[in-house]
Amino acid sequence: MADKIKLDIVSAEEEIFSQDVEMVYAPAEMGEVGISPKHTPLITKLKPGDVRAQINKDEMKTFYVSGGILEIQPNEVTILSDTALREDDLDEERALEAEKLAQEAMKNSANEVDATKAKSELLQAAAQLRLIKKLRSNSKK
Amino acid sequence: MSGSQEIRSQIASIQNTQKITKAMEMVAASKMKKAQDQMIKARPYADKISNVISHLAHAHPEYTSEFFATREVKKKGYIIISSDRGLCGGLNNNLFKLVVETIEEDNKSDIKPAFSLIGSKASSFFQRMGGDVMAQTAQLGDKPQIEQVLGLIKSTIDSFISGEIDQVYLVYNKFLNTVSQEPTLQKVLPIQAEDKDDNYDHYWDYLYEPDAETVLESLFTRYIESLVYRGLVENLACEQASRMVAMKAASDNATDLTAELQLIYNKNRQAAITQEISEIISGAAAL
Repeated sequence: MADKIKLDIVSAEEEIFSQDVEMVYAPAEMGEVGISPKHTPLITKLKPGDVRAQINKDEMKTFYVSGGILEIQPNEVTILSDTALREDDLDEERALEAEKLAQEAMKNSANEVDATKAKSELLQAAAQLRLIKKLRSNSKK
Repeated sequence: MSGSQEIRSQIASIQNTQKITKAMEMVAASKMKKAQDQMIKARPYADKISNVISHLAHAHPEYTSEFFATREVKKKGYIIISSDRGLCGGLNNNLFKLVVETIEEDNKSDIKPAFSLIGSKASSFFQRMGGDVMAQTAQLGDKPQIEQVLGLIKSTIDSFISGEIDQVYLVYNKFLNTVSQEPTLQKVLPIQAEDKDDNYDHYWDYLYEPDAETVLESLFTRYIESLVYRGLVENLACEQASRMVAMKAASDNATDLTAELQLIYNKNRQAAITQEISEIISGAAAL
């Protein structure tokens, strides 16, 4: 079995990929780098582009990163990605995002209505409570 | 019988309010779950980046950057993370109290505060209190993205580097569990290098491309960002948890109140009936 290197791709919002791979290609700022196991420690910035992971001879996975930091240790590669989405999901994700935004806008407005309603009911209840107290103290006299 | 009509509408009104508080409780419970998921998802990045930083501190212990600059403290910066909405118990107030206490303590040694505010509750509180507000942002919604706070973080870091402020603290609620949240004050700048790990016994250093300064600067910026983002999602989980608990208490109180009013109502009605009967009887006896 060929040597492998551990690849972790993480973005601030979630973990994207974590697996042992044979080779990693990443778009470093000074040009694309290919990383095999036992690479010397290196730290560099990434520019927007594709990160390719050779999982085994037949399988290659591609991820899009819009920038970030690449850290290499002899037996592990860490990509701190700014926004990395899986290739397949890229377009779908964007579409979903747009939909979600619209939904969220609606949800927010609904929440605001609820809050105003709750507030006005609260005020009403307090007014009624005061009235009851007044009535009670009057009847005691 | 005028009183009993009042009580009846009172009961109806309390029950209406209870419906709302119950609904809010359930909404908060489901949102809390989502916020917790987000919190867990953000963890790998934070772990990785602090790993890299501790590697770095070990590999390059003599490295000095503006991010490590310790100066005499004249002005402290606070990044304060609060919720956008209310009705979540004492969550925000406990947090603000912690900040105000710290500021009062600092006042004695003539240290001035400056604020970067996240969330509309913090904006309104600290604007009212007065003080130097460096940046603010609000309305981040239920699924905050890191992009939404990047501007705020950048302006805070810039003020630190330019020497306008000498320390930066992050203030947020730490999520312990559903029923307990802990207001937390965490120092983020200057970055404190962690203690050396004994596992490394030979000297090595990274290769830097293009050069150490640019790489490290962007690394440290991202480190601060990840800290703030973590605070943001933790605070969100806290907000939902706290709202859930507050709304549960409100619903329970409404139940108690309804029961009490029902009792008064029943007693009133019984008294009225008894009175009526005794009037009839005494009327009949008079005949």
